[in-house]
Amino acid sequence: MSDISDRVKKIVVEHLSVEEDKVTESASFIDDLGADSLDTVELVMAFEEEFGIEIPDDAAETIQTVGDAVKFITENSEG
Amino acid sequence: MFDLTGKRALITGASGGIGGEIARVLHGQGATVALSGTRVEPLAELADSLGDRAHVTPCDLGDAASVEALPKTAAEAMGGIDILVNNAGVTRDQLFMRMSDEDWDTVLRVNLTAAFRLSRGVMRGMMKARWGRIVSVTSVVGVTGNPGQGNYAASKAGLIGMSKSLAAEVASRGITVNCVAPGFISTAMTDKLPDAQKEKLLGAIPAGRMGDANEIAASVAFLASPEASYVTGATLHVNGGMAMI
Repeated sequence: MSDISDRVKKIVVEHLSVEEDKVTESASFIDDLGADSLDTVELVMAFEEEFGIEIPDDAAETIQTVGDAVKFITENSEG
Repeated sequence: MFDLTGKRALITGASGGIGGEIARVLHGQGATVALSGTRVEPLAELADSLGDRAHVTPCDLGDAASVEALPKTAAEAMGGIDILVNNAGVTRDQLFMRMSDEDWDTVLRVNLTAAFRLSRGVMRGMMKARWGRIVSVTSVVGVTGNPGQGNYAASKAGLIGMSKSLAAEVASRGITVNCVAPGFISTAMTDKLPDAQKEKLLGAIPAGRMGDANEIAASVAFLASPEASYVTGATLHVNGGMAMI
């Protein structure tokens, strides 16, 4: 869990060029981290590659915070 | 100028007059090319005449599964796709009142829906690369309209609207999306027209002659080049002044 969380946060920091301490579990990509809608699509693409999973569009729409992403990936990756 | 060395271009309709010339010119500028079309033989001949850096990737653009597979096949052959040229097009001319649903659907599916699917298919790679060029070959009739071509004109106008929307979405990622709109171009298709009809058409063209496929290809090469990085959502009309729009 913490490993996934760290990897997710690293991707978010790199992709959105934001300070690491702002990337909390409750941080919203769009409202708190300045992402636009295309950034969120790119983040989902990056998560898919990092964790070797597929995130369907309807699931991607529900991933709005860092915590949402960690939760989805934890539940859908094999470890 | 317009050096495409190291760039990888997928061109649809490469077995046709304009598409073949686009492939030749992009290849001549240094690009690796994937030649797509339904007829394998002319594609293989073209690839042979180009030599290195040319791949044949046949595809039936009327078939959804075939279209979905094309970007993957082409990317595997070339190592990626930096440039997509949506050139393929079909006509099913008929007076509007007599036009069948089938003639409408076929033209929209090949000319517009396939371009949509291919553009979507190449987007992920271009987004990651922060560089990409999509050039769609539309037509003067997509802007002016033409009797007997309700389906064709709709598909070509659709390409322009689609390109502008996509251009707005991905401009910040270094990807440009543009159209080239040929007028009356000399190809095997237009050579078949009766002389009387040709004369009449030429009378409406200030340049006084038909265009050459090479003149379309040169415009595509410009829009595909690094130098055109600030041109996006545009339609470049190449028609000898036939319609100044």
